[in-house]
Order: sequence, then C-alpha cells, then structure tokens
Amino acid sequence: MSAARILIVEDETPIRRFLRVALEAEGHLVSEAATAHEGVALAAKEAPAAIILDLGLPDADGITVLKRVREWSAVPVLVLSVRSDEAGKIAALDAGAQDYVTKPFSTGELLARLRGLLRDRAAEAAPAVLTLGPLAIDAADHRASLAGEDLHLTRKEFDLLWLLASHAGRLVTQDMILRAIWGPAHAGDSQYLRVYIRQLRAKLGDDAADPRWIFTEPGVGYRLADR
Amino acid sequence: MPEPRRPEPEALLPEARREGRGRLKVFLGAAPGVGKTYAMLEAARLRAAEGVKVLVGVVETHGRAETEALLRGLEVLPRRRVIHSGRILHEMDADALIARHPDLALIDELAHSNLSGGRHEKRWQDVEDVLAAGIDVYTTLNVQHVETLNDTVARITGVRVRETVPDRVLEMADEIELIDLPPDELIARLRAGKVYVQDQAARAVANFFAKGNLTALRELAMRTAADRVDAQLQEHMAANAIAGPWPTQERILVLLPEGAVGRDAIRIGKRSADRARVEWFVLALTSLRDEQNRRADGQDEAGPALRLAERLGADISTLQVEGDAVSEVLDFARRQNIRRIVLPRPPRRPWLARRLLPTPHEQVLAGLTRQAEAFELLLVGDDEKPLRQRGRQPAPDMPKALRQAAMLLAAVAAATLVALAADRLVPVLSLSLIYMTTVVAVASRLGLGPAIATAGLSFLAYNFFFAPPRFTLKIWDQGQFLTLTLFLAASILTGNLAARLRNRVIAQRAIADRTRKLYDFSRKAAGAAAFDDVVWAAVSHVATVLECESILLVPDEGGALAIAGAFPPEDRLEPRERSAAQYAFDHGEPAGRGSGTLPASRWLFLPLSGAERRLGTLGIAYEDGREPSPADRRLLEAQADQVALALERIRLSEDLAQSRVASETERLRSALLSSVSHDLRTPLVSILGAAEGLDQPGLGPQGRDILVETIREEGERLDRYIQNLLDMTRLGHGALRPNAVPTDLRELVGAARHRLRGPLRDNPVMVTIPEDMAPAHVDPILIEQVVVNILDNARKYAGPGTPIRISASTQGARATLAIEDEGPGLPPGAAGQVFDMFWRVGQGDGGQGGTGLGLAICKGIVEAHGGTIRAEPVHADGRGTRIAIELPLTNPELSH
Repeated sequence: MSAARILIVEDETPIRRFLRVALEAEGHLVSEAATAHEGVALAAKEAPAAIILDLGLPDADGITVLKRVREWSAVPVLVLSVRSDEAGKIAALDAGAQDYVTKPFSTGELLARLRGLLRDRAAEAAPAVLTLGPLAIDAADHRASLAGEDLHLTRKEFDLLWLLASHAGRLVTQDMILRAIWGPAHAGDSQYLRVYIRQLRAKLGDDAADPRWIFTEPGVGYRLADR
Repeated sequence: MPEPRRPEPEALLPEARREGRGRLKVFLGAAPGVGKTYAMLEAARLRAAEGVKVLVGVVETHGRAETEALLRGLEVLPRRRVIHSGRILHEMDADALIARHPDLALIDELAHSNLSGGRHEKRWQDVEDVLAAGIDVYTTLNVQHVETLNDTVARITGVRVRETVPDRVLEMADEIELIDLPPDELIARLRAGKVYVQDQAARAVANFFAKGNLTALRELAMRTAADRVDAQLQEHMAANAIAGPWPTQERILVLLPEGAVGRDAIRIGKRSADRARVEWFVLALTSLRDEQNRRADGQDEAGPALRLAERLGADISTLQVEGDAVSEVLDFARRQNIRRIVLPRPPRRPWLARRLLPTPHEQVLAGLTRQAEAFELLLVGDDEKPLRQRGRQPAPDMPKALRQAAMLLAAVAAATLVALAADRLVPVLSLSLIYMTTVVAVASRLGLGPAIATAGLSFLAYNFFFAPPRFTLKIWDQGQFLTLTLFLAASILTGNLAARLRNRVIAQRAIADRTRKLYDFSRKAAGAAAFDDVVWAAVSHVATVLECESILLVPDEGGALAIAGAFPPEDRLEPRERSAAQYAFDHGEPAGRGSGTLPASRWLFLPLSGAERRLGTLGIAYEDGREPSPADRRLLEAQADQVALALERIRLSEDLAQSRVASETERLRSALLSSVSHDLRTPLVSILGAAEGLDQPGLGPQGRDILVETIREEGERLDRYIQNLLDMTRLGHGALRPNAVPTDLRELVGAARHRLRGPLRDNPVMVTIPEDMAPAHVDPILIEQVVVNILDNARKYAGPGTPIRISASTQGARATLAIEDEGPGLPPGAAGQVFDMFWRVGQGDGGQGGTGLGLAICKGIVEAHGGTIRAEPVHADGRGTRIAIELPLTNPELSH
C-alpha cells in the first residue's frame, strides 16, 4: 500500500502515540490533532487521505468535526467509538463516517479497516472486475464466480454483492444498501435485505453462524471479507 | 278504504307558517370545536359573493385566526354594551339587526343566554324575532343544547349543560347542516389548543372530550340531523298529498295526574312522538282542592312541567276532575285517537299506605291499569321529587314528648274501645289483659317512661270503665284494690322488661353500626398501599361516618405538623386551630372544640398514637360549629385508633423497605469493592509485570511473544470487566431501552462468535439454528452482548477443548436460544443464583476470573426485552450447563 497522509483527531496522548507508531510502521504520514478545532483546521490545511476521528473530544463532539469536514470534503473517516455508545456510532455513520472501530480496538483491526477505506478510494476510479481471493465479480456482464464456479446470481443478488465487494473490508450500513439497491423508498425495509443476504450467503457457501465472507455488524450493517 | 289524494289541511300549516318568514339554517355539531362557526362563515361568504346582503349579528371567533380571516369583508353589526356584575360585556343588538333588515343574518351560538337588558332571555328567542321579520338566519348549535337531548347528553358525558334550545326551534329550521369531525381529529384539535371551551372547569372538559363521549355525541348529532330530514320529507309528502301509511292513529298522551311532576315523562313523550312522527298531548289533571291549595301557597308542581311541554310543542289540556278521573282520561284518549299513555311513576310508598290512603296519582295509575285495556301504558320514573307531598304524612315539627303523649293516649283509648267491645264476652277481670298488652306494646315502641304512663292511664281507664262501680274511680272492695294494684305492678314490670329489651336492641344496632363503620375503614385502610392512600381513606371515612369535615396532620421531616389530607380538601388552618392540633399532638390528649383545651377552636383534634411514637393528629369540625356528641366522640376515638394503626403499619413497612434497600445496597457495595480490588487489579498486575519484563536484556523472541500476548489478553480481560460494570450501571439506571428490530438469531450468533474468535479458538462450537427460522424481535446489539457473555462464561467454566452447542427453535410467538457447555456444571441449588449480581462459582482467588456480573447483565437485558433466562444442567447427573433464553419473535405480518 502506498504511503498516505492520515490525520488522527484524538485527545488522549497515549493513543495518538501508539497510533502514530503503528501507522508510520505501515509507511503512512501522520498528522495529529488533540482538539476538534485543531482537527478541522488540519483537515482543511493538509488534505489528508483519511481521518481517524475520536467521538469524545474536549472542545466539541466528534460528530461536529465530521459535519464540518463533510461541508467541503469526502475524505474517508474512521470513527473511534466506545462500546456503550451505540447511538453515537450510528449518528456518526449517518453523518458521513465510513466505518468505525470500538475502543479498545486492536491495532491490527484498525489498520485493516483503514486499508479498506484507502483501497475503496482506488476502487472508485476503477475497474469493471473486482477480485477478492477466489471471488471474481465482473460488472460488465453481471457475473460472479467463486473459485471459477459461476454463482448464478440474480440481478439484485449481484447488485448486493457488487456493492459489498466494492467496499470490501468496510462497513456498509443497512440503510446504505437499501437505498442503493431498492431505492430511497425502501430505506426501512430491512426484511428484504435479510432475505437477500441469506440467499447470497447460501450461494457463497457461507454460514451466518460462522461467517467467512459476509460479516454481520448487529443492528448496523454488513461487511464483506477483504482478501 | 281509498285515501283521498289531497293535502291534509294540517300538513299545509308548517308551509303557511313559513310564508313571509326568513329561512333558518342551523349548523349542527356534536361538540365545541368541530368547526361550525367556520362552516357557517364559509357558507355566508358564498352567499355574499352571490350578491346577498349578509350582516354578521354575532360571531364568536375565540381569537382563532382562520375564523377571523373568514370574517374579513363581511359586514359586522356593532354589539350592544351591557354592564354585568361590574364588567362591560357585549351582546348582539337584535333591534338594530332587525332595523337594518339584511337578507341574511349570521347569529352564532343559538343556545346563548342573553344578559339582562335585551329583548329576550335567550338568543333563540331573538332569532325567532329576526326570522319573523323576514330575515334569513344562519346559526350554530351543539347537540347537547337541544332540550330533549339534554338529559341523554348529561348521562353520557356527566356534564349538564344549562343552556338549552327547545326542539321546536330546531324543527323550525328549514335546513340543518351537520358539521362532522371524527372524535380523534377533534381530540387532536383540542390538544393543539384550537378548541375554545367556555367557562368549564378543566376536569369537566377532560371528561367531556373523552373519545367515548365524543363518539356518542357524534351519533346523537347525526341522528338529530337525520330525524329532521325525515320530518321534512314527511311534511313535504303530506303537503303534496303523497299517499303513504300515515300513523295518525297512534297518537301519544302524557298524563300528569294531580301532584305529579313529570318532566321526564314529558321528555320521553316528546321523543316517542318524534320517533313515531305523531302528534302528542299533555293532559294535566287537577281537582278543586288542588286549585285551592295552589292559590293558597302559590306553589305549583305542574307549572314548570307544563311550560316545558309547551316549549316542546305538545298540545296541552288541563282537566279538572272530581271523582272518576280515569274514565274522563280514557274518554279524552279515545276522542283524540290516542294509543299510548305515558305517565310518571308515583313516588314509592309502603304497600299498606297505597292500599288504604292512595294519592290521586296512585288512584289514577291503579284505575288505568284496570280499565285501559286498549291502551299502551308507559310508566316513567322521575328523579325529581314533588315540591310538596300530598296525602297524609307525619306532622313535622311536633315536639317528641307531645307526640309520644298523643300516641299513648290513642293507644289507651283504642284499648278501652276494644275492651268495651269485649265486655260482654269475657269476664271483667280478663279485660285487664287488653290493657296489659297495650302497655307492653308501648314499652317496646317508646321505652319505659311512656310505658309507665300508659300503665297509669290504663289503670285509671280500667278502674273507671270496668271495675265496679263502673264509671267512677271508686274501688268497690279490697280484693279489687289488690287486683288493680297487681295490674299496675305487672304492667310496670312487663313494660320495664319490654323497654329494656327495646333499649338493648337499639344499643345492639348502634354497636353493629359502629362496628360496621370501623370495619369499613379498616378494610379501606388495609387495601391502601401508600401513606397518602391511608390518609385519604381516613379523612374521607371519618367525614362520611360522622357527617363532618375532617383533617389529618402529621409531622413533616422537621417535626412541624403539616396537613396530610382533609375532607373536603383543605390546605390551611387558622392559627388557633393549628395550636389546638399542636397541643393534641404534643400532649397526646384531645384539644379544641368540646375538650378542656382551647374549646374556642372550631375543630376537635385527637392525637394519633402509635406503639412507639406519636404519628399525628386527626381533627373534625361540624359545619354548624356544634360540639361532637359523646357518641360521636366515642366513634371518633375508635376511628383515631384505627387510623393510627393503619398509619403505623404503613410507616413500619416503609421503614422496613428502606432498611431492606439499605442492606441490599450495602451488600452490593462490598461485593463491588472486592470485585474491583481483586478482578480489576489482577490483570493490571500481569500487564505491568509483562511490560517490565520486555525491558529485560537477554529476552529471546519467544519470551517476548509470550509477554506481548500476556499484555494483550490481560488488557482484553480488563476491558470486559469494565464493560460489564458499565453495562450493569446502565441497567441499574434503567437507561437501557431495547431498540427491537427483526433480528436473525443465526447472524447474531455469528457476530458474537466473531467477536470472541480469540478466546473461543480452543473450543469447538456447534450451531443448530434453522436457516429459515423466523426473526426474533430484539435489539441486536444488546442480545449480541448477552450471547457474548454466555459464550465467554461457557468457555471459562468448561475449559479449553470442551465443545459448546448453540441451538435455537421457535414455539408459538417465542424463540428459545440455548447455549450448552460440557463443563462440571453448576453446584446444586445454584441455578437460581447464577443471575444474581456478583455471584460466582467458587469465590476468591481460587475461582475463575470474572466480576460475577456477566449473567446478571444478561438477565437484565433479556428481561428488558420481555424475555426470560434460566440456567439448568445439561445431563441428568448435573454435568454441563445450559443457559436458555426465551425471546419474543417478530410478528410475521411485520417481517414479510
């Protein structure tokens, strides 16, 4: 992965310190902000490739930072949330965050999410064919194959898989999927989604109770394994 | 018989009456706020646009902007100023309205009562004048103001409306437009403050606007409007000689016998006449005596009823009858082709009184029952009592002694008459037994004193009338003297016995009554769970039983007496009363009215003493300021004891509950302390130790990996503890509200396993959940936490390498999720405790790591979903643990 500039907005010095070590070990450039104010300023000034944003900041809510940044930039944002704050996490996703990790998080997990966010940027400009390990998806002729075997997906199943795959490793919220595939009028119809996810899992040979491809984030959305 | 096809003369009358008159249109609504005024104004604007000269006589906008907007552009008549109770108010100026002579006048709120100084008392009378002047009128009316519906509405809503409009006015209307609004919308409008409610207490309004009421009123309004349409149709048919079955044979008579009030009978008569669309008559019976009475005291029962009948449009006749009233009534009925006779039910009286001294009312009823074979009789109960009761009744305020004297004189006289009659048949001496019987009867009715007096009188009467020489008070011989003396003595003795028996019966009855009253209270108080309920039960009960005002004061936290409750409710006491209450409380003895202390106080206060402390004081006062009688005092004292007992019971149980909470809190606090000191510190010890170990020179890569792994694992463990503590706090504060959505349990289990993939790597997990299982209706985030906690427990207690089985199934509307391990199982008897806070298998350092919170949290979360959780052994020998969770399923209609 190429070097990218990552902005960390987090008030806890120890967390910033070990994140910097971990990110720099991955070859990234790191900027640090300890307050919301500083965070917005640096996001504007340095145009980072991704932002790691803590929701609890001393001078303002992390969501405020997110909303300010979203006024001019679509930069991927990874939110650090605490586990008892499901509402805050969902609010952040609604406000335009791409993904979250729950504190305390493992550094490995955080780096994997960040890779997902950075690669997604690349995928936007890209190709009609996505390959995730044995899974190959061809947007041009609407075909997907697993280890060379055609999956025989229906139109909607294909759209769903394409959406998840183009965000591989990244959280895709239920809301986002429903809007993208069934249209805004069906934003609340999560029962469609459950049915199609079940069918897709069956075709991928995946087990909801022990997933290898499609991971459920309870109450939030789905995440396709990034291989 | 062929019907002649020509208009019936009477049918032409309504039409004729309308010639030259203005036309009346009524906008009828079920309740305030349905938009009658608005509709009226809209209709008027349309007419105005057609070029009709519209004048607003009076319209109440109640400050509603949209209504005011509709008024714009319409000409508004200036209102007449009226000074009423020192305030300037405005009334419609009917005179000016008629003088202006518009084509159409808008007159809001037909039921309005005018303030003094206008043409009429009621606005509908003004409207009649306006119509008579040839002006068309638009007006508004709520159905509860319609005279004959007034009672029905009061019964439905519990709110009686004083302002009524005679049905005649509504019948006069050429057009009725029903303004309908569904009750829900009306309630919404009310909540939004869009309904102006006139001079009604807030509670009455809340009652009135209950949905049930509104629905009933709406139906009533619809029916009224529909009836009117029918009536119009019928008028039209009659006027145009359209043939039809004319039910003219079945006319209705409301009969008001002498002395009857009969308003309800009149209303019912009117309703049935309307239903059957027939004419109706009211016949009032009077007698010469009645006329004279009326002239003498100026009271007149039938008067108001007849006026009501007149307003309701009855054909009224009065019949002065002497003797056979029933025949005359039946004659009248036959002449008028009447089939149904409605009459008020006579007031209830004892059977004997009805037989021996029937009132004219009862006579008429009895006569009709016997003779009126071809008629339908309808008896109507009447709530109202006649102003004056006819017939015989006990003379009211004769002093008690005088009445008793009269009674015993009468008794002796009666006895003498009987004895005179029996004189020829039995020996003279036996006649004394007749007197003896009288004495016993008087004793049992009136008590000892009158009995002795009766004995004396009897003695004299017997002596005078029967003992020879007769008709003198002389005594013939000594034997006779002895007989008479013995008679007197025996009379007094038996009289005394009878009187004592009577007194005992009275006393027993009083005791029974008192016991019942006390029992009533203890029943009420025992059912009361809270302090305030007991207080309320006490004051209301004392007030009812003693027919007085009552008040209860208890010391507040600072020890000062404060009013806890009063009946009727009262929240202040005069200083003098307060010091009486304080004295009673401080000294534990009665104070105030009728006691030795502060007798000038209006209230009498009794202390309420519990076993250990004084609880407060109970006070009573009579409206007329009298002292409580000794009997009342005794009853009050007994009540005070009961109240004290009840209050003490509540206080004790409150104290008990508080101390129970306190000890529970104490137990939890110490458990928390030991948990924090042990469970939080242990991982920290490992982390710090391992971190320092990394610094050691000569540490090989393998040792380094072990230390790093230790730090990571112990850190994760610490995180779980803290999370548990946080979750517990959230549950404890009730801050945890499940956001339930259809959730696939298979996915949920997958997510939980994914989260625990590290700790679970050494345990095979087997999942048996049907792919197509119906989704559960749960908060996925919270239930995932539950599954994580249970899986983590299973792993910890069963040990590495043991399998964990997860299964789910549905029964009816519930899903059961079960997680089984193959560990040693729970200790016997522990199944109920595992969900308690800080409970763990094996305490202290020897036990497994854990805060003892995990399962307590699970229970909290599951129960917040309305589910259940239980623990049980998997195998018959107690090995293995199964945790089974029952959760609600998603309603299938929602999920597909």
